[in-house]
Amino acid sequence: MIKTVTAVLLAFGLATSVASSHAAATLESFKFTSGGDEQRFKDLIAEIRCLVCQNQSLLDSDAELAHDLRVEVYGMMQAGQADNEIIDFLVARYGDFVLYKPPVKPATYFLWFGPFVLLVIALTLLIFALRRQRRSMAEKPISATDRQQLDRILGNSGTHTDSDS
Amino acid sequence: MIPELGHFALILALLMALVLAVFPMVGSLNNTPGWVAVARPAAFGQFTFLLIAFACLVNAFLVNDFSVTYVAQHGNTKLPNIYKVSAVWGAHEGSLLLWAFILGGWTLAVALFARSLPDEMLGRVLSVMGMVSIGFLSFMLFTSNPFARTFPVPTEGRDLNPLLQDFGLAIHPPMLYMGYVGLSVAFSFAIAALIGGKLDTSWARWSRPWTTVAWVFLTIGITLGSWWAYYELGWGGWWFWDPVENASFMPWLVATALIHSLAVTEKRGAFKRWTVLLALLAFSLSLLGTFLVRSGVLTSVHSFAADPARGLYILVFLCIVIGGSLALYAWRAPDVSSGGSFNVLSRETLLLGNNLLLVVITAFILLGTLAPLIYDALGWGKISVGFPWFNTMFIIFTPFLVLLMGLGPLTRWKHHDAADLLRQFRIALLVSICAGVLAALPVFKEGSAYAGLAVMLSVWLVTTLFLSLRRRLSYRRGVAAILKDFSARGSGSYYGMLLAHFGVAVFTIGVTFVTLYDIEKDIRMAPGEEVELAGYTFRFDGVESVPGPNYQADRGTIRVFRQDREITTLTPEKRTYLVQTKPMTEAGIDAGFTRDIYVSLGEALGGGSWSLRLYYKPFVRWIWLGGILIALGGILAAFDKRYRLAVNRKVMASPATPKDKLATQGQT
Repeated sequence: MIKTVTAVLLAFGLATSVASSHAAATLESFKFTSGGDEQRFKDLIAEIRCLVCQNQSLLDSDAELAHDLRVEVYGMMQAGQADNEIIDFLVARYGDFVLYKPPVKPATYFLWFGPFVLLVIALTLLIFALRRQRRSMAEKPISATDRQQLDRILGNSGTHTDSDS
Repeated sequence: MIPELGHFALILALLMALVLAVFPMVGSLNNTPGWVAVARPAAFGQFTFLLIAFACLVNAFLVNDFSVTYVAQHGNTKLPNIYKVSAVWGAHEGSLLLWAFILGGWTLAVALFARSLPDEMLGRVLSVMGMVSIGFLSFMLFTSNPFARTFPVPTEGRDLNPLLQDFGLAIHPPMLYMGYVGLSVAFSFAIAALIGGKLDTSWARWSRPWTTVAWVFLTIGITLGSWWAYYELGWGGWWFWDPVENASFMPWLVATALIHSLAVTEKRGAFKRWTVLLALLAFSLSLLGTFLVRSGVLTSVHSFAADPARGLYILVFLCIVIGGSLALYAWRAPDVSSGGSFNVLSRETLLLGNNLLLVVITAFILLGTLAPLIYDALGWGKISVGFPWFNTMFIIFTPFLVLLMGLGPLTRWKHHDAADLLRQFRIALLVSICAGVLAALPVFKEGSAYAGLAVMLSVWLVTTLFLSLRRRLSYRRGVAAILKDFSARGSGSYYGMLLAHFGVAVFTIGVTFVTLYDIEKDIRMAPGEEVELAGYTFRFDGVESVPGPNYQADRGTIRVFRQDREITTLTPEKRTYLVQTKPMTEAGIDAGFTRDIYVSLGEALGGGSWSLRLYYKPFVRWIWLGGILIALGGILAAFDKRYRLAVNRKVMASPATPKDKLATQGQT
């Protein structure tokens, strides 16, 4: 069943992050003493992946496992555990796959620093292209025949008007 | 009988595609005009047969012909007619048919409207499109036939996925595919030019309007998809960096780079090789996107293996198209002259910088999208790369893009004096920094620095656009001259640019404000109960059961007040579809220019109480408004008068004098 649903969803260009269940998750059962705690809880579970869903966070999923994990995270929070302790616990149980934000460690340097390497490559290419451009400009002053032709076209006035947007 | 006709038409379309791919190309290579002339009729024939095939599948859905496997899987007698039609592209086989049909349509359009092209060039372009068509049609016929029959014939169809029974999603895939497939035109122009070894400004001029139109469709498609996700999925999100979303965003980014690069090639003759490369990349990414989505490889490596024939075909086809076109590029591109020269400080340089940034952004999105696959394949462990990573990277890179976007229109082609440029934009710089600081100051809450940055960038864009407009109009004295400017040659491009860049400013504000300042409340409410959120009072008036055509809905009634004045009544629904018994949410939304109020219905909690999600979403409309403005800008640019002039000139067959040529090149 899940498979057909998946297939149907994938059949669509942009059938976004939808899981096998599409009712909004129910969070009303959690009681918080302050609004800050509630926000902290939501921010935390927004970055944790629902493992049985297609691509949905604990915050958005209505799957049973997501519900159980929410209860678990809530319990740990009430017990006074910090965010990183909760995350460590989840990673120990489910692996890095559970985190939407991959941890920065040697194995993920490729991911975290890759974009900057790409940027450096692009900048190098840009500088290289500009230098070559400047060299070719310096090397190739307008040739005599081109000059003659240009003069002829412009009716020998020789004025060069700068084109603009 | 009719499905067999459709199947037969599909086979004939494939044969037509073969003719189209072979004869004009061979004819153009050994100077046989008769063979080249086959291109137009073959394009026409291919389209006709694809139209027949498409109509047959639509008909099968409309008459509930469940003997066709595809219809049995995705159709239903109770499905409203509009969704019977949209069910055609509701799954794998049918959406491939839509792809092929749209490709046939674009091919025909090129054959009909590209009258200014020399026959040889037109033949090659159509021939390349025919080759792509062969790939899709044979994939469909050999592995994914939408007309395959089933026996015994079921009495009822399994229905279309309820998620897809929505107007937004009925028109989203055709729009998106128009964009994906439209990029094949730019691709074919590039390949044809590479084969001919003639990459001149006229090549850029021919392919420019086509590319812009494809890009407009892609923009509309992505905007529609985002809008649909917002109102249909029940959690008020509009973008999640899902692989499926990225698959459509990457070709868009490269196509954006391409339309800018084409502008430089057309006007200044520079960047020829780079433009060609972008054209190849843009279509390669749409193919990659389509196939990554189709094969399901992104969600699970195992689904790739579920149908090895399909997976293998996709892999081979991708290798041929991408590898082949890049090989051709590597072979032919070195012969291409580098073209118009320019100084370090010039519009060319800024556009090149922006192009590279767009490509870097595309590359890291590709990296993030494929990283889970790469890690899995190399045994580095299973990881997820989600919105926190993408957002971080995107926020680091895009501000530079916007900074350059502001500078570009103010800078002259070829060379611009640094002191003069600084003098021009210093007001814009001052205004935007002040606006940014002001936006960051008053609320020293979390994230206000981002708000400041976003406001600064948007104001920077708007002020630089204003300066550019003022400078342009300062050359035209008097109202009549200014009005005349709107209809002048090249004006469409200019005002289109203005509108699209303004759209980016609007989009930036929308994204930032809704991300930073949206307010959400999950709450249990009993009938008659009231709750306050962001200055609005929500009163829950209970839930009633309402029948739909093919579903049963629980419809909640929430009245929204502001200072005791009733603003609106929202009716969010929770639907249970009769065949695929999954609960679906229909959010209740009160849309506004500066804010949306959004309510979705959760679950019944007994005693008439329900769980509800209430949202206050400031400026969320600006996201799609920005998308619409960007698309409108593209439309203006694509229908610039000078492309029509090019057509007229060819029709009149009057050779352009050198003086004319110079004048058109100066016109930008």
